[in-house]
Amino acid sequence: MINLTIDNKKIEAEAGQTILEVARENGIVIPTLCSNESLEPSGACRLCVVEIKHGKRTRVVTSCLYTVAEGLTVDTKSERVMAVRRLVLQLLLARCPESVQLQEMAQEMGIGPEPRFTPDSDHSKCILCRMCVRTCEKVVGVSAIGFSYRGTEKNVCTPFQEDSVNCIGCGACAYVCPSGHIEMEATETGDQRKIWGRTFKMQACKVCGRYFAPEDQLAYISATTGVPAADLAVCVSCR
Amino acid sequence: MMSKIKSFDELKRVQESLKAGRDPKKPCITVCVGTGCLAYGTQKLVDNFREELAARNLGDKIDFRTTGCHGFCERGPMVIISPEKIFYQRVGLADAGEIIDKTLLKGEIIERLLYVDGATGEKIVHEDDVPFYKKQTRLVFGLNSKVDPESLEDYLAIDGYSALGKALTGMTPEEIIQEVIKANLRGRGGGGFPAGWKWDSTRKAKGEPKYIVCNADEGDPGAYMDRSLLEGNPHLVLEGMIIGAYAIGSSEGYIYVRNEYPLAVKNIHIAIEQAREAGLLGKNILGSGFSFDVKINRGGGAFVCGESSALFASLEGRAGEPRAKYVHATDRGLYDKPTNLNNVETWANVPFIINRGADWYASIGTDNSKGTKIFSLVGKISNTGLVEVPMGTTLREIVFEIGGGIPDGRTFKAIQTGGPSGGCIPEKYLDLPVDFDELTKIGSMMGSGGLIVMDDRNCMVDVAKYFTNFLVNESCGKCVPCREGVRRMRDILVDVADGKGQEGDVELLEQISAAVIDGSLCALGNSAPNPVLSTIRHFRDEYREHIQEKRCPAGVCKALITYSVDPDTCTGCTVCAKVCPTGAASGERKKVHTIDQAKCTKCGACREGCKFDAIIVR
Repeated sequence: MINLTIDNKKIEAEAGQTILEVARENGIVIPTLCSNESLEPSGACRLCVVEIKHGKRTRVVTSCLYTVAEGLTVDTKSERVMAVRRLVLQLLLARCPESVQLQEMAQEMGIGPEPRFTPDSDHSKCILCRMCVRTCEKVVGVSAIGFSYRGTEKNVCTPFQEDSVNCIGCGACAYVCPSGHIEMEATETGDQRKIWGRTFKMQACKVCGRYFAPEDQLAYISATTGVPAADLAVCVSCR
Repeated sequence: MMSKIKSFDELKRVQESLKAGRDPKKPCITVCVGTGCLAYGTQKLVDNFREELAARNLGDKIDFRTTGCHGFCERGPMVIISPEKIFYQRVGLADAGEIIDKTLLKGEIIERLLYVDGATGEKIVHEDDVPFYKKQTRLVFGLNSKVDPESLEDYLAIDGYSALGKALTGMTPEEIIQEVIKANLRGRGGGGFPAGWKWDSTRKAKGEPKYIVCNADEGDPGAYMDRSLLEGNPHLVLEGMIIGAYAIGSSEGYIYVRNEYPLAVKNIHIAIEQAREAGLLGKNILGSGFSFDVKINRGGGAFVCGESSALFASLEGRAGEPRAKYVHATDRGLYDKPTNLNNVETWANVPFIINRGADWYASIGTDNSKGTKIFSLVGKISNTGLVEVPMGTTLREIVFEIGGGIPDGRTFKAIQTGGPSGGCIPEKYLDLPVDFDELTKIGSMMGSGGLIVMDDRNCMVDVAKYFTNFLVNESCGKCVPCREGVRRMRDILVDVADGKGQEGDVELLEQISAAVIDGSLCALGNSAPNPVLSTIRHFRDEYREHIQEKRCPAGVCKALITYSVDPDTCTGCTVCAKVCPTGAASGERKKVHTIDQAKCTKCGACREGCKFDAIIVR
């Protein structure tokens, strides 16, 4: 076991755990925008920074990536930490002025927009947290979306912004998106779903008749798991 | 093609026989064909020399050699005549025949090709007497002028690969590491981390294979030390790498080099092939049983790939994005294996330490920064070029004694050190010794060795805007403070330069800077605010004048200046009217000219052209 202090609270943790994991287990809230327990940490949003003291040295680190160490002192709300979080949220508010999720988060933390940052109109609600891309690659396993360009031009898209042949229409990207950027549209009857510019035919449940998953997704699951396609044509509720 | 050299003793015999076959008194024409000189069209001069020598049947009597960069790029094309070491500069591309006939055959000096010392007006005949070279210690870089980079024989003839032979046959890996630690060789890429300790960590790290990587992704604007070393003396860099690989216990190495450096790529490629053929690279090097090979990886044009973790990502075939470095590359680097990354110049220093010992090496430099450093001296400086000086040399010595000061009678204003991650240093700090630690204390850093000199016609807001914009374009875009924060800083700087700066902008820039430094994922973001912070620190008044008085005192920021003609000094020579691209400047011959503000685009052509300093910029 490793002994450390977070916000003056003495805490025991297991070796290899990150500061963020340990803090959450102990009811200490650290805000994040790119962290999901199904994904490896990425360290992109920088909201989860904390100030640590180890020996004489004090520095700001990323709590989702930094592993605990014996004798570590962590301050999750120091002045330096709050200055970073304030800037990150103000920058994201200016980048994605339409994102309700960001506005709510900022409001909770008592942070308003920086008047000197002119709001953008060209990024919609994408904060480039990378969760969609990581989910598509690591969880779903199809890598239908990725990044193009770099820096301020960077954006999430399908390869060459063409219809992705790899996309199975599962919608996991839209599900993890924290800012409401990725939109998935369904027809009124639910027989079709549209995402990343492609329209997917939905499978109707053999039992209840409800449309429940894209045919491409079921074919993909069948191919990767070996479960016969016919067995997958029944929705979760009817199984 | 050289046959495999199977032992250190055989290497010594090869070196001796090469030396014996070379008469030091035999005349030799050396022409610099570094990228700078090639840009002058020097290839034509080289062709002319070859033709003229052949036409006179002098091929056997006079040696001819093309080499990498000598450093004095300002004065290219350059020709050195040995053994006297006569130095000809700004040589005309058609001067080859005349040089052969007069200097080599008759022993006459061609006066018009001599260098004239700007301070004394004296014409200088010999290379060693040129002040630019005289005040340097050209330890690492000096070898460039002695070897044809495409010739392994040339390198062996100056005892090349002796250090490798010595290391492989007479030293254990631990002894080599101890020697490098004792020499206190620190990373020349700018980080300044002690190379010996890094080697030690990589050697001791668990995991196989271990990799060594040469970082040749030099990208600071105006900096070209590493390019010139790789172009001019690739075997030196290679020798350092092989010694390092042996010490670390690595059998696989990479050179990550910018694709924008085609000559460096070509020359290092040739050197690797030659070293393999000669048994200096590959299996069982010099019969020692140690095997090591090197692959070249060409970069895709991203500045951030000079950062170690982004470089590894790029080498692995992924996008060049950094990751947090809480686990060191020495434990988990390339392909998650222990990896030792050093910069080109760092590797190039290694053979000297092995050949001449740590004590000798540590006698050069300051207490904590040993050896020499190559700087790329550019901007408003009389002698543009690459200079190598002992660590601890002052900025004043570099700028005024070696660099020859500021041209065109202008005055020194600042020097940008350390590239976009560094800062601007004003006149009052010119006597600071340059090493890894001193410049950091005043908000800049030595970095990889870029030095950009600025005069009174450089605006510090404009300079900060330039570097910040560079970083906006080069940010990988992974983390928010760097991608979004640096862009917002750039936008504020653009406003300030455009006369739209607001009260409180300077303080806001400082506030954003602090959070970007603390909050960014990698060193690019961590250091991105440095150009802004250092210019604010040393030139705060200039920001104030832009914001409050809507004035650019250096006359650079177009929105804040107007061009006019001083009626008292204008002679009516009509030059301004001739060079003006929009017809804004006009007037009759021998009468005072005027500038029509409605047509003026503030391009500055009239000011550049006016010989009487009659163009006023306010």
